[in-house]
Amino acid sequence: MSNKNKKSPIIFELSQPGRIAKSLQPHIADNIDLPTHTLRQTAPLLPEISELQAVRHFTRLSQRNFSIDTQFYPLGSCTMKYNPRGVHRLASLEGFLQHHPLSLEEDSQGFMACAYELQEILKEITGMHAVSLTPMAGAQGEFAGVAMIRAYHQAKGDTARDEILVPDAAHGTNPASAVQCGFKVREIPTDAQGNVNIQELQKAVGPKTAGIMLTNPSTLGVFEKNILDIALIIHQCGGLLYYDGANFNAIIGKIRPSDMGFDVMHLNLHKTFATPHGGGGPGAGPVAVNARLAPYLPIPMVAKENQHYRWLTEQDRPQTIGRLSTFMGNAGIILRAYLYARLLGREGMQRVAEFATLNANYLLTRLKAAGFTAAFPQRRATHEFIITLKNEAKTLHITALDVAKRLLDYGFHSPTMYFPLLVPECLLIEPTETEAKETLDMFADTLIAIMKEAETQPELLKQAPHTLPVRRLDEVKAARELDLVYDVTRGA
Amino acid sequence: MSNIPKNLRYTPSHEWVKQDDDVLTIGITDHAQCMLGDLVYVELPEVDSQFQHGQECAVVESVKAAADIYCPIGGEVIEVNEAALGNPQLINEDPYGKGWLFRLRPFETPATILLNAEEYSKQVASEAH
Repeated sequence: MSNKNKKSPIIFELSQPGRIAKSLQPHIADNIDLPTHTLRQTAPLLPEISELQAVRHFTRLSQRNFSIDTQFYPLGSCTMKYNPRGVHRLASLEGFLQHHPLSLEEDSQGFMACAYELQEILKEITGMHAVSLTPMAGAQGEFAGVAMIRAYHQAKGDTARDEILVPDAAHGTNPASAVQCGFKVREIPTDAQGNVNIQELQKAVGPKTAGIMLTNPSTLGVFEKNILDIALIIHQCGGLLYYDGANFNAIIGKIRPSDMGFDVMHLNLHKTFATPHGGGGPGAGPVAVNARLAPYLPIPMVAKENQHYRWLTEQDRPQTIGRLSTFMGNAGIILRAYLYARLLGREGMQRVAEFATLNANYLLTRLKAAGFTAAFPQRRATHEFIITLKNEAKTLHITALDVAKRLLDYGFHSPTMYFPLLVPECLLIEPTETEAKETLDMFADTLIAIMKEAETQPELLKQAPHTLPVRRLDEVKAARELDLVYDVTRGA
Repeated sequence: MSNIPKNLRYTPSHEWVKQDDDVLTIGITDHAQCMLGDLVYVELPEVDSQFQHGQECAVVESVKAAADIYCPIGGEVIEVNEAALGNPQLINEDPYGKGWLFRLRPFETPATILLNAEEYSKQVASEAH
């Protein structure tokens, strides 16, 4: 066994008073040009260790990273696809890397050209009228989108519209974004086939409806077939349609949200456009809108005038909902997404959707043949699908959590579990287009092997994981007795 | 099969209601606590606050999910279960006893709106996908 499985101390536990990494110590100027009251009086509590100890500590931690670069990561709804090295190399060119956000416009034309062209590409693939790249995550894109819906109704004096409709299968961020923008949320139930229940939708719409938030394909891994009817119902009552771009990887280059009747949307560049994510970011959630919402887009945006790129500000866009970031969103992510789009080209993007869908359907078919229960057995998968272990929970007394934990022992990241909430004991599996058939087969074989273990040695699942630095975590205790701050005085 | 006592009334959204004279005690059903899993957080209404039938009035949260509790009957809150606030596990361990959530003085007659044990059992069975 490698030392990968050994529990390693946290860095404060290595600390010895007086130990220091001299060669890396910063030089502190004699005359510090700051007001006295802002200067600290006592030294900060930092671990005191040697340079080699620090190097070993962080190298060891880095070897424990689980990432798309090391293992299969079928985390449904997150689109953990390969992040091409070529894109990273180009985005790491000195001119981009060392560029300061406060540089003059004439010295920023290279980056601005990339941002402008990405705006144009995103307009093209969404069918929308205008794009702002600035939101720094999917949730911020949603916030911007709903804020624009509110601004639109308010500009029309239509202030009675205080409800946003959200299907019960929606991402939790949808209702959260609506509430954050001051709306009430009305939940719409799903029918047995995984579509929005049209009768219930018709009952819910009215003069209070500001809009509806949908993702298509839905979080249930099926395409919302009634989308045109839904659009008609919402538009007829004066509401707007918001498209959550979380599942855009399934349709990129194939259909455009504008053609489905959507008025406003966000894209997760970190999902569909292959920029690194997981572990908390950074993300990018550009928003795209049709002509009637265009005046409200967040700033800054990039305009092209006579071969010169220019930042658009409040003066250019007086009705803007404002700024969402200090500068231009997560510039490094925007750059990578642009380069990724250019590498793929129009035909490449269509292949993304085709192979993402093919991979998901191949995996679903193999698992169904092996006896797994699909949540919607009559429906074809989109780019992802749901397996429910409700039968196994009854007969074998194992849960989706047990299977997820056992997968870790075999070197796979767990699929998304217990989401969407309306499917019991579910695993939401998204293989993405970048995985080879052999990897999909290995994953299917492993799931099949784990179900055999569930029959013969269920304790292997119940106690998993066995091979990781920590065993099964007590999530309940962690939530009930939240303890986030390490007490340095506790010592080694 | 989860425990569904005969002497209680139920809502389709998995609350139970117990009537003692003109006071109602409200909690979540055994089925609901089982579906949610180990609860880690509870938010209860304030005493003296008033709710309409079907209005969100409390929240229970597990490691899996957060669920709203809907007021089964319009009324005024007269007491909340402080013990459950400090120890949400009580709701898992004893959903119909120590795990009650709050007490209500109703504005309307409960009988007409709520399900009996048999009707609720049928609903739970049909929901089991």
